[in-house]
Amino acid sequence: MENMRYEYPAKRPVTRRAHVGVVGSGDLEVLLTPSPTANAEVVIRTSVDGYEHVWKSVLDRFFLRYDGAAKFELNDFGATPGVVMLRLSEAVEVSDASDASDSGDTR
Amino acid sequence: MNGTNITPSRGERWLDALAPAPAGAESGPVRARDADLDGEAARLIAVVPDPRNRFARATDNVVGLEQGWLLARAVRAVLDADRAADVKRPIVAIVDVKSQAYGRREELLGIHLACAAAVDAYASARLAGHPVIALIVGPAMSGAYLAHGYQANRIVALDAPGTAVHAMGKEAAARVTRRSVESLDSLGDTVLPMSYKMSAYAKLGLLHELIQGVDADAPSAGDIERVRASLGAAVKDARGGPPDLSSRLTSADAKRTRAASVEVRRRMRAQWDS
Amino acid sequence: MTTQESFLARHSFIEMTARERAHALLDAGTYRELLGPFDKLESPWLAMQSIVCQSDDGAVIARGSLGGEPAVIAAIEPAFQGGSIGEVSGAKIAAALELALGEIEAGHPIRPVILFETGGVRLQEANLGLAAIAEIQAAIVALRRHVPVVGVIGGMVGCFGGMSLAAALCTGLVMTRQARLGMNGPEVIEQEAGVAELDASDRRLIWSMIGGEERVAVGLADTLVEDDTAQVRDAVLAAFGRGVPAQHRSEDVDGFIERLARVNPDDIDPDTLRTLWTGAGGQNR
Repeated sequence: MENMRYEYPAKRPVTRRAHVGVVGSGDLEVLLTPSPTANAEVVIRTSVDGYEHVWKSVLDRFFLRYDGAAKFELNDFGATPGVVMLRLSEAVEVSDASDASDSGDTR
Repeated sequence: MNGTNITPSRGERWLDALAPAPAGAESGPVRARDADLDGEAARLIAVVPDPRNRFARATDNVVGLEQGWLLARAVRAVLDADRAADVKRPIVAIVDVKSQAYGRREELLGIHLACAAAVDAYASARLAGHPVIALIVGPAMSGAYLAHGYQANRIVALDAPGTAVHAMGKEAAARVTRRSVESLDSLGDTVLPMSYKMSAYAKLGLLHELIQGVDADAPSAGDIERVRASLGAAVKDARGGPPDLSSRLTSADAKRTRAASVEVRRRMRAQWDS
Repeated sequence: MTTQESFLARHSFIEMTARERAHALLDAGTYRELLGPFDKLESPWLAMQSIVCQSDDGAVIARGSLGGEPAVIAAIEPAFQGGSIGEVSGAKIAAALELALGEIEAGHPIRPVILFETGGVRLQEANLGLAAIAEIQAAIVALRRHVPVVGVIGGMVGCFGGMSLAAALCTGLVMTRQARLGMNGPEVIEQEAGVAELDASDRRLIWSMIGGEERVAVGLADTLVEDDTAQVRDAVLAAFGRGVPAQHRSEDVDGFIERLARVNPDDIDPDTLRTLWTGAGGQNR
């Protein structure tokens, strides 16, 4: 089991939290909350060791497009980069959604 | 007495020790006898090996189909007998059950419901005001313990070789977790709820008393009186509290090792009303 | 609706997460989760065994309305650790039922629903999972005197272990065809008793014995539904509509001792059991 933490610059505040995914085999859950700092922060707990470089490259790619000051907490159980990207995008979609829905902040 | 040459099981031994054998012959895997506890009549119920059980997978000290339903019947007999009584007599579950019965017939015929019937009966007796005490004298494992003992107001256990509480037998658990039995033992020393030791189980705050220094296989007269006194004290303590299981979260041990269980209840109550 | 239209209109219950299932069953717009992911009440025991936690420990508790009446749903997430019950997930379910009892005692109606999708005790938390299940069972017995406690077994994990006893205590049990209800998983039976006793790879045999269709047919569950959320919801509502019975299935001791006596252990199979136990202990709707 490994823990990792990354920081990325942000350009705008984030107000709406989001939760997606499950900690199942090949999957992960993402909790998105407003960052306590002006930067975006990513905290990862993963069951698979030795892939730090892969995480970095996935996150680098993700944060090329995403500029919100959000804290991302990832609980990962062996998701592929594709699934990680998908879950991050889903979380952001919920967080950035302009309309209020009864489901609020989770999917 | 079991009428065969086989060594009596722990359950049989302690039933004999605490309650005089009835006049007539006993048979079947569930035995219920009357005993004196602190001057009042109590009903003691034990699951014992049943070599002639109709179900071949349920001949040991296990809770199978017949055991589940017969436990329910035995407990409900006490419930019915005391329905109009002001004081409900104590019910003592003598627990020596190594597992539920594992078999295809058991699954097909609803062993889960048979065990649930026992859970139901014991819980109903407790809610009706009977002090229900579990006395662990041997293994208290998994679904068998859920059915016979775990709905008690108070749980008393002998700290002796051969007594253990767990969700799965050690060999099976080792297979499932892909560890050696030795590794599982040492894991239990760090992860308290995974330990097979009674001393570790005691730290979870679920026991009313852990009785030490008693010979579980060949108890002396003194040993038996000690246990009888502990049962009496447990009955008294049970009568002094509510008929639910809330006492399992109030001890100092529970507040420490089951802190998360307490916290969940506290925070859910706080969020309950919007 | 044409067959095709109704096929397309179906919303799979099984494919949804626990959270989505709870959402889908409650009346629209009424869902309010308690101790959700952001409250981060996680397992105190998994990290020390190098297992990654899920923020809600695999149990979703939500209040809302069901058919216009206040309700609380406890939904187990099968994807996390096989839906197994740990200290926290077990406490969440027990606490929800205990608080529901408090509502009833205060004169407020509430409809409790449990979505079972679980292999039983989480082995990594062993004795605390087992203790929590005993507390869940105690809460169901206390609660169902006042209001039906309705259980749903939907999906591919099914309901096994100590939680199968909890399911059997429920007033009403709704099962899909894909669901299974049993005390010991087929693999465990094969492990303990040998492959001649039960071949765990024989899926057809397994489902014929403990799948939703058989369980309802022999009276060990109440309602068989297709894998469709609307059908599950209707079945749950219908169970509440029937109210608290004079006798719960697990109280029918004489009845089941008699039914068991009809069985010849040397000559019993799923089909024979249907003949012997038709209409036993269930509404068979």
